[in-house]
Amino acid sequence: MYDGGKIIVGLIIGIGLFLSPFIYNAGTAAKPPDPQLTKKAKEAKVCVAPKAYMRESHFKMLDEWRHTVVRDGERYYKAADGKIYYKSLQVTCLDCHSDKTKFCDQCHNYLSVNPYCWDCHIAPEEKK
Amino acid sequence: MLDRALKGTTGYWSWLVFLLVLIGVGAGCYLYQFSEGLRITGLSRDVSWGLYIGQLTYFVGIAAGGVMVVLPYYLHDYKAFGRITILGEFLAIAAIIMCLLFVLVDLGNPVRLMNMILYPTPNSILFWDMIVLNVYLLLNIVIGWNVLAAERKGIKYQKWVKVLAYISIPWAFTIHTVTAFLYAGLPGRHFWLSAIMAARFLSSAFCAGPALLVLLCLIVKKVSKFDPGKEQLQTLGGIIAYAMIINVFFYLLELFTAFYSQIPGHMHAFEYLFHGLDGHGQLAPWMWTATGFAVVALILLIIPATRRKQDTLAVACVSVIIATWIDKGLGLIIGGFTPNCFETVTPYWPTTLEILITIGVLAVGFFVLTILYKVAVSIKEEASA
Amino acid sequence: MGVDRREFLKIAGYATLFGLGGTAAIDILAPGELEASATGIPLTRGKRWAMVIDMRKCLAQQDKKKCKDCMVACHREHNVPDWGEPQHAVKWIWQDKYEHVFPDHPNEFVDEGVEGRPFILMCNHCYNPPCVRVCPTQATFKREDGIVVMDMHRCIGCRFCMAACPYGSRSFNWGDPRKAPKSLNPDYPTNKAYPERSKGVVEKCNFCTELVDKGELPICVQACDKIKVNALHFGDLANPESNVRKLLRDHYSVRRKPALGTGPNVFYII
Repeated sequence: MYDGGKIIVGLIIGIGLFLSPFIYNAGTAAKPPDPQLTKKAKEAKVCVAPKAYMRESHFKMLDEWRHTVVRDGERYYKAADGKIYYKSLQVTCLDCHSDKTKFCDQCHNYLSVNPYCWDCHIAPEEKK
Repeated sequence: MLDRALKGTTGYWSWLVFLLVLIGVGAGCYLYQFSEGLRITGLSRDVSWGLYIGQLTYFVGIAAGGVMVVLPYYLHDYKAFGRITILGEFLAIAAIIMCLLFVLVDLGNPVRLMNMILYPTPNSILFWDMIVLNVYLLLNIVIGWNVLAAERKGIKYQKWVKVLAYISIPWAFTIHTVTAFLYAGLPGRHFWLSAIMAARFLSSAFCAGPALLVLLCLIVKKVSKFDPGKEQLQTLGGIIAYAMIINVFFYLLELFTAFYSQIPGHMHAFEYLFHGLDGHGQLAPWMWTATGFAVVALILLIIPATRRKQDTLAVACVSVIIATWIDKGLGLIIGGFTPNCFETVTPYWPTTLEILITIGVLAVGFFVLTILYKVAVSIKEEASA
Repeated sequence: MGVDRREFLKIAGYATLFGLGGTAAIDILAPGELEASATGIPLTRGKRWAMVIDMRKCLAQQDKKKCKDCMVACHREHNVPDWGEPQHAVKWIWQDKYEHVFPDHPNEFVDEGVEGRPFILMCNHCYNPPCVRVCPTQATFKREDGIVVMDMHRCIGCRFCMAACPYGSRSFNWGDPRKAPKSLNPDYPTNKAYPERSKGVVEKCNFCTELVDKGELPICVQACDKIKVNALHFGDLANPESNVRKLLRDHYSVRRKPALGTGPNVFYII
């Protein structure tokens, strides 16, 4: 084998790099997400759509909201039950879900998704 | 074929390491710009494009200029250029890579670059510029690589390569025309709102591109056993002479329209560039330097004896590059934004960081160019050995 | 269907509570229009919003005090930070000298009433906007009702629109607004109900779409009306009986750089 030594060293470095994230995170199991509803959200009982849909697809709805609000000027959303909502992440969603760290961030951190909503949209101040 | 880039002299390796250092410095500065935003540049709300976009414009010209060796070879069957078409094509590849990087470093939100493809917008010239630049890059990679591979095997390149070469010729004209349209279609920017803009761009491209190619050929001749050929340089000299004369002529046409009509908006940018406006004249020395070099270049190129002599041709080529670079890489963009929409002057000068990022991008281009030229020249040496 | 108007007003009002206060003033839309918008009938259809600036009233107020109420209100409403550097300033509504606002009307012997006087500037919401034409991602676009808007989620920051706009109405976020000097922006962000911007996007006056879509007047108009100067008039050019059409019928008005064919929708009565 030509340059056998070099190839083996190269392979070891390659495999090492490939495994580095596993080694780095070994033994530190991430805490499972535990999203908490605020008192206001609990009292409201319903969100703009059923809980299962919101859990899995809230980002799809937010994306649609932002598209229709920004691009079409449609500011109101009629839920399945006929209730009308003002389409706004900052004003409507975060009014009930005012505890971003205990609600949004729980799953986002666990799943390592990093939505850039918060680069511009202001999260409510939280009491420590 | 790329393996040929892995064997070289100490000079070759030190040059690459030198470029890598510049790339590293540029990348470091870019990371800082990426985290802080473009406020680390000298740009402002009134002069919102500057050095980066100026370089984009200039190097689109260099890329398009490569067609001046491809066209005579493929369309006029001018055999002599067969020796150097590959150098023209590889220069175009390096130039386009620089162009794309200059657009990238100029973006406020580079991570969203793909939005240009996700939301294609045919009414935007920038959308078309992206398409023509990328296609031209691809054309030159495919053509250059296949022609070189054929040469290595000592066979003639495939027919479809020739078809692509034919396509690449008008394509070279479109890349610079579309780049000119970025500017020439904007209401309220008198300096740019000129029908002759695309023609000016092409003429300056067809002198600057071949001028750089002549210099590169001379370097190749010096550092390798491959000689691009005396006749080839002579012909290029002639092309540069015509293109430079036309380029200066077109510039004078702009001056006539502005100053004979006496329309203030049309005169202001020229006044700012060559004389200064509202007490701001930082570009005047540059523009007069460009004028000086343009005159030197014209004299050396028009007199047959100096055009044919290699040393004076080299001086002429350097002069052409300096003159066209100041005109297009600096004056064109800044002049277009001065005076601003309120007829006042906001001075612009690039910051050190901005210059280092620019040098970093240039270093990437020259790194790619060195590698490609090394491969091409090695194969040419083998073929002639 | 059948949304109760009172209930609807409550929602609209509820939303405004988070704003600068004030009530849901359904005064620029026809009755029933807002409610219909929730069921999918666009609010934007068939309208052409415009601004008429009565500079006589504005300048009279300038004589009394250096009034900047409209500008302060706008920049507070939209979380526009103060960078303290003119070259990086973000401007939605601002002032400049008459000669700079109308550079294509040079006059050596100009009327003293306007010479060197501060005029109000904002995005012209052109009928034929060059900024929209050049945008490579449709991040800036013209709504059906003529308002030229920015989609900050989409902007890549190429600044082609800034080169295309002949009015200097577009501002780039040269840095992250959250990093603007605290000393100049002690209570930034000033409006918790409106988003901020990320660095690297272009922004501009949006004719207060967030208010117009709720049936309210733009905040600059509200601010001007609040001090009873009433120099700013917002209305629908498509409606021959609207306030703006009446004003334009009764007065001679000018627009900025009309020769460029952009069709500005901001008119000045001088």
